[in-house]
Amino acid sequence: MMRVLVAMSGGVDSSVAAARMVDAGHDVVGVHLALSAAPGTLRTGSRGCCSKEDAGDARRVADVLDIPFYVWDFADRFKEDVIDDFVSSYARGETPNPCVRCNERIKFSALAARALALGFDAVATGHYARLSDGRLRRAVDSDKDQSYVLAVLTAGQLRHAVFPIGDTPKPQIREEAARRGLAVAEKPDSHDICFIPSGDTRAFLGSRIGVRRGAVMDTGGTVLAEHDGVHGFTIGQRKGLGIAGPGPDGAPRYVTGIDAETGTVHVGDASELDVWTLTGERPIFTSGVAPSGLIECQVQVRAHGGIGDGVAQLRDEALVVDLRVPLRGVAPGQTMVLYRPDPDGDEVLGSATITR
Amino acid sequence: MTTDRPVYLDHAATTPMHPAAIEAMTAVLATVGNASSLHGTGRLARRRMEEARETLAKLLGARPSEVIFTAGGTESDNLAVKGIYWARRDADARRRRIVTTPVEHHAVLDAVEWLAEHEGAEVTWLPVDDDGSVSPAVLRDALQNHDDVALVTVMWANNEVGTIMPIAELAAIAAEFDVPMHSDAVQAVGHIPVDFTASGLSAMSITAHKFGGPTGAGALLLRRQTACVPLLHGGGQERDVRSGTPDVAGAVAMAAAARVAVESLETNSARVAQLRDRLVDGVLSSIDDVRVNGATGSARLPGNSHFTFRGCEGDSLLMLLDARGIECSTGSACTAGVAQPSHVLIAMGADPASARGSLRFSLGHTSTEADVDAALAVLPAAVERARQAALASSGIVD
Repeated sequence: MMRVLVAMSGGVDSSVAAARMVDAGHDVVGVHLALSAAPGTLRTGSRGCCSKEDAGDARRVADVLDIPFYVWDFADRFKEDVIDDFVSSYARGETPNPCVRCNERIKFSALAARALALGFDAVATGHYARLSDGRLRRAVDSDKDQSYVLAVLTAGQLRHAVFPIGDTPKPQIREEAARRGLAVAEKPDSHDICFIPSGDTRAFLGSRIGVRRGAVMDTGGTVLAEHDGVHGFTIGQRKGLGIAGPGPDGAPRYVTGIDAETGTVHVGDASELDVWTLTGERPIFTSGVAPSGLIECQVQVRAHGGIGDGVAQLRDEALVVDLRVPLRGVAPGQTMVLYRPDPDGDEVLGSATITR
Repeated sequence: MTTDRPVYLDHAATTPMHPAAIEAMTAVLATVGNASSLHGTGRLARRRMEEARETLAKLLGARPSEVIFTAGGTESDNLAVKGIYWARRDADARRRRIVTTPVEHHAVLDAVEWLAEHEGAEVTWLPVDDDGSVSPAVLRDALQNHDDVALVTVMWANNEVGTIMPIAELAAIAAEFDVPMHSDAVQAVGHIPVDFTASGLSAMSITAHKFGGPTGAGALLLRRQTACVPLLHGGGQERDVRSGTPDVAGAVAMAAAARVAVESLETNSARVAQLRDRLVDGVLSSIDDVRVNGATGSARLPGNSHFTFRGCEGDSLLMLLDARGIECSTGSACTAGVAQPSHVLIAMGADPASARGSLRFSLGHTSTEADVDAALAVLPAAVERARQAALASSGIVD
């Protein structure tokens, strides 16, 4: 028996995770993280995972499971480590993933550290991923797999993590929630960034970064349009470029590069998006040991999709992956995750933040 | 994880009902009767209601006709603040100012802020001292500087830090300027002497569950000459100020609880204050780096103790104590669950980190020496652990 803190968002996944921890005979406490300094309610349009209603849903599930439940305030930490990082990363012309940051710096860092110091043995979450013998693997449900957003965790962090639902497909999790009489069984999935309830990322960034005009430029150096800031763009983006239609050859144009210093958004045709080599900084190896030599692996550059085969190696402090087939939509700031393919669940080898 | 019987030190959130109140309430619940009906059954219900009104009035130094039954403290506060504001503004459109303090309960604060946002109210915030009290001089200043005041509202005793306000002095100043004054006396009634007429107030909110009555029963004491626009329109019950079928059982139980609480006030408050002092002394002597928040001596509610444990997250400490069966509060129960640093402590000059590291232990009529000793047995180790957790969570696990 362990003392387990379950991070309960109020959604179906973490609710079932908590229920399974109780069934396993652990001493379980539910904690909802208050991540917004001024939580809204569903009625005022908040979606995501930090409205008062979500906290209420989590509390009700904890009641049904008969476990203690608390709301812990991590709003300041979340603003500093996740929201501010998200905004400044976009202002630098990068494409960050805030869920990765939240796992790295809040859930499995600040929260886990507090939990361990308070006498808990582990932190459980409703992430779709599997963990066995310290090895992090993709979830059984490949559509829902969240090993990507957990791949930044170190061996030490994973030692105290539990993912109770990674072995089960999502539809069965919903059925299980219904069978257990949990009112969240039919609750819709959250897709948006939790701190942008409107879903309008560009407006959210614009209100924080302001207007920083620049040019949209084609490969030949011709200025095609003006824009209000590089934060409105991400590599591979086709819509909303403010330019009239396709290029002279009739092919659609995509954002191929962002230069935050000059404020230039480069556009070109799809072939210019091809990336053959990935370079990442701050590599993290899940085993805790940096490998030597070449690593045959599968690499993933986005939370969903963007998967290709390649050979990775450490060069000085950087993780470099030479791809067998080019990937598109690769942007600085994104996390690249290395996997070792395995029929029992691809194993996460490590991750790094893409620099170019 | 919890012990068999929790050590309940959250009486300011709600205190156990007095057996006499339970008995009176259940007796009424077993009867039928709408107090507005004209037949015999209705008359009997009405009689019970009026007896409760008279009992309550007598215990609180009011006239029966000044007692408006409501569904609790929040409703009473909303009715007083909004109703008196509207009535005063209707009589003279210039009167749009509300004079209040930043340490009020949210039932007053949010009603005032709603009026500011939606009804054109201007707000003058009276500064509080570092013990949470407001001085008569600042009220005099505010009223001298503004001739457009609709009402003054200042709580009788603070629900978080237990500080008692000089209500009679404040009310005398308001009267000098011919401005009605309301007070949220929810934490005061049954714990310290409260006399509505002698206080000089125009309106006063009370709620039964803070002095041994049921939740959902309260009253606004409202002077006959103080105009108040109703929030609830309908059958015209309660002097046309608060429509709705009267809650006879609630009113009867509230009166029964008030009788017990007020009649045993002197002995009970002395006993509770002694237990509270035992807790405070014990905490100060066994734990370093603790601050007691709020006023001292007779300017403090007898059952209230409120500490800042420096370097702690109140959330963590509350959980550790709860796991050991010690039940207390990080703030008022209304905001519990949506963790925010206490607006009361912030107004008293605390920084947000200190405000987060604060807990309220409130004692009441069922508290015992064993309760206090049980809390003292657990607190030092819990504080130590919560401090380690705060240090740990500011770093990184690896």
